[in-house]
Amino acid sequence: MSEISLTVNGKRVSGAAEDRTLLVHFLRENLGLTGTHVGCDTSQCGACVIHVDGKAVKSCTMLAVQASGSSVVTIEGLADGADLHPMQAAFKEHHGLQCGFCTPGMIMAATDMIGRHPEGLDEATVRAELEGNICRCTGYHNIVKAILAASETMSSKGKVRQAA
Amino acid sequence: MYPVNYHRAASVADAVKLLETGDTKLLSGGMTLIPAMKTRLAAPSDLVDLSHIEELKGIEVAGSTITIHAATAHHDVASDEKLKKACPALAHMASRIGDPAVRYKGTIGGSIANNDPAADYPAALLALDATIVTNKREIAADAFFTGLFETALEDGEIVTAVTFTAPAKAAYEKFRNPASRYAIVGVFVANSADGVRVAVTGAGDSGVFRSKEIEAALATNFDAAALNGVKVPADDLMSDIHASADYRANLIAVMAKRAVAAANA
Repeated sequence: MSEISLTVNGKRVSGAAEDRTLLVHFLRENLGLTGTHVGCDTSQCGACVIHVDGKAVKSCTMLAVQASGSSVVTIEGLADGADLHPMQAAFKEHHGLQCGFCTPGMIMAATDMIGRHPEGLDEATVRAELEGNICRCTGYHNIVKAILAASETMSSKGKVRQAA
Repeated sequence: MYPVNYHRAASVADAVKLLETGDTKLLSGGMTLIPAMKTRLAAPSDLVDLSHIEELKGIEVAGSTITIHAATAHHDVASDEKLKKACPALAHMASRIGDPAVRYKGTIGGSIANNDPAADYPAALLALDATIVTNKREIAADAFFTGLFETALEDGEIVTAVTFTAPAKAAYEKFRNPASRYAIVGVFVANSADGVRVAVTGAGDSGVFRSKEIEAALATNFDAAALNGVKVPADDLMSDIHASADYRANLIAVMAKRAVAAANA
C-alpha cells in the first residue's frame, strides 16, 4: 500500500491504494471520477486517456503510485461550470460520437493534439494523431471534423493548451 | 496484476541499491512492462521507477557526437530541434513509435533493454553503430542485442545513455502490422564515413540483425537502384500468421530500397 497524493482537476486529493492499482482505477473507484473509461485494458484503445503533468497518457498503463505528486486533468475537469470546453462543444456540434464510450479519451487526446500543433491541424495530421484512440461506431469522420473545428475555435480564442 | 512493491529511485546509485532485493524489475515508461504485468506475463515482486531521475533525461549534440540519456521519452527524441538537425532519421523514427500517448511515456532505454524483436530503436542503434552506456561499462550495439528480448545487460546493470556519431545519411522505413502497428519488417540504413550499416527489426528469428546482403550491395553505391535484384535469404527469419519468412525476406529488400531513397532525398 502507498499513500497517493495528486492534484486532480485543480483539487488536491489523496488516498491509500495498493501499489498495483492502475491510475484509471484509482480515479474511477477511489475518487469516483468515472468519466475516464477502460476500453481495451491492453493499452491500445485510448478510452482512458487523461492529462498527467500536461501530457496525454493512457491511465490504464500507469500505476496510480507512479503518478503520485503529479497534476492530473480528466474529462470532468474540462468544462467551465455549465460551459463546455470548445472541444466538447465541437464534438456535440459535429456529432463526433455515437455510443460515447471512446469520447472522453478522444477529447483528452484531441486537446493535447492541438497543444502540440500550434501551427494548426489538417485532416491527415488529425487522423495520424488519433492512432492511439479507437472508436468502433463513427468511422472517425465526425471526430476528425469536430477536432478540426475545435482547433479553429481554440486558436481564434487563444485558448490553446487551456486543458493542459 | 499480481501484487507488487513500488519504489521511486532518486538516482542511478539508488536504483542499483533497490535492485538488490527480491525479483525486481526496472520501470521506465512502462509501456511494455505494465501491459505485461496486467496480463501476468511479467510478475516482479518489486518495481524500481527510473522516471524521476533527472540525470537520465535529455539529449546532447556536441559536434557530430549525439548522446541520448536513457529515460528520454520518444516524444522528446522526436521533437528535439538539435537532434532533428544532427540525425533527422532517428527523430523521425521516434515520431512513429506507437501512438502519441505511448510516445510521452516510453523511453529509449526501456525499449533497448527490453529488446522486443519488433521494436524500432534496436534497429536504429545497430545501424548507427551506437554505444550503449550503462552504470558499469560501455557496450557496442553489435554486442548488446543478443536475442529475442535478450541483451548483454547483467544483473544490477542499468542503461544510462546511448551515444553515436551522426551519420552522413540515414533513414528508417517500416511495414507495420495493421492491427498492432509494430513492424513486420523495419529497416534502418545509415551511411557514414565508416561505411554503410543496415539493421532489420521485426523479421529475425533471434531479434534485430544486420543484413549482410543489403550492406554489401550498398557498400560502393548508396543508391536504391543498387538493391535491384538483391535477394535476402529467408533462413533465420520469423514465420507467423502475419507474414511468412519468404514474405519478410522480400519486404526487407523493399523497405531497404525505400529507406535508401528517403536517406538520399
